[in-house]
Amino acid sequence: MVELYLLLAMMLASALVASETKDLLAAAVALGLVGFSVAIMFILVQAPDLAIVQIVVETLTVVFFAAVILRTTHSDETIGATLGRDIVLPLVTFVGFGVVVLILVPRVFSFLPKFGTPVMRMAELYIRHALEYTGAANVVAAIILDFRGYDTLGEATVLFTAVVGVLTVMRRLGRKAGGH
Amino acid sequence: MRGLSLIVQTIARLMAGLLFLYGLYIVLHGHLTPGGGFAGGVLIAAAFILMSLAFGSVEQSERSSYVFSSVFESFGGLVFVGLALAGYLAGDFFFSNVATYFTGRPLELVSGGIIPLANIAIGIKVGAGLFAIFLALGASQFVMKE
Repeated sequence: MVELYLLLAMMLASALVASETKDLLAAAVALGLVGFSVAIMFILVQAPDLAIVQIVVETLTVVFFAAVILRTTHSDETIGATLGRDIVLPLVTFVGFGVVVLILVPRVFSFLPKFGTPVMRMAELYIRHALEYTGAANVVAAIILDFRGYDTLGEATVLFTAVVGVLTVMRRLGRKAGGH
Repeated sequence: MRGLSLIVQTIARLMAGLLFLYGLYIVLHGHLTPGGGFAGGVLIAAAFILMSLAFGSVEQSERSSYVFSSVFESFGGLVFVGLALAGYLAGDFFFSNVATYFTGRPLELVSGGIIPLANIAIGIKVGAGLFAIFLALGASQFVMKE
């Protein structure tokens, strides 16, 4: 468990760097560090399917960010410019929210089962009978494409919507020449 | 888009085929080993993105691959929905695994009914979709407004 906490600390640090640095390329790299740490955490808790997805998606995300940043602008001067001016309201919000969370979270956690203890009977059925019901050796594939096909359809719809959105905003086909 | 240096181009030429093959492997073995349509599709998109980053592209080929990738994106999505609807054709429910009863034995490449087919459909969809996003983001020479 120590590795998990070390990774969490590193993720927090690089998330702070990503949000506070003025250099956008450095921010993209820091964001990639967060993603790869998540991938390592998935490996540590023995979820290779998610680890593979996380690694490839994170690599591509950093490439996307780098490609766009290299084409547009390298630094964001607005970051940190307002620091120190409006400090009271964020501080009050932060402290108030933190106190509420610190009071409520232990209460909520006391109702939850211990970490790693399965409580869902449905999941147990999936794990025990996935091969028998679907014929797929990979239980994860059996769940996401057979038992939980609707979820995957929704996921595919989300990706489709994202692609349509990006293509609608960024397209060059059908635009008048010279107008960007 | 202009290409990168000779070193990058040589390495990209060596790596892109391997990346593409590995993506295909991940997609096709999604029902046997970790991975699946999404991860494999991203790898396939990465192979295309690597080539287009390294070699750049002229206006015309960029435009045609843009059209191709958006067509393939929709095609993959339609195949996935079609596989789900095939459950009705077999007199069963939406997303029922219709082919389980007449294909393959467990732990072989051809097994799992519609699961490998759905993996392939999702792989096409994700790969083409991400490449289309990359082309849209990288190709248009937009300037950020001040």
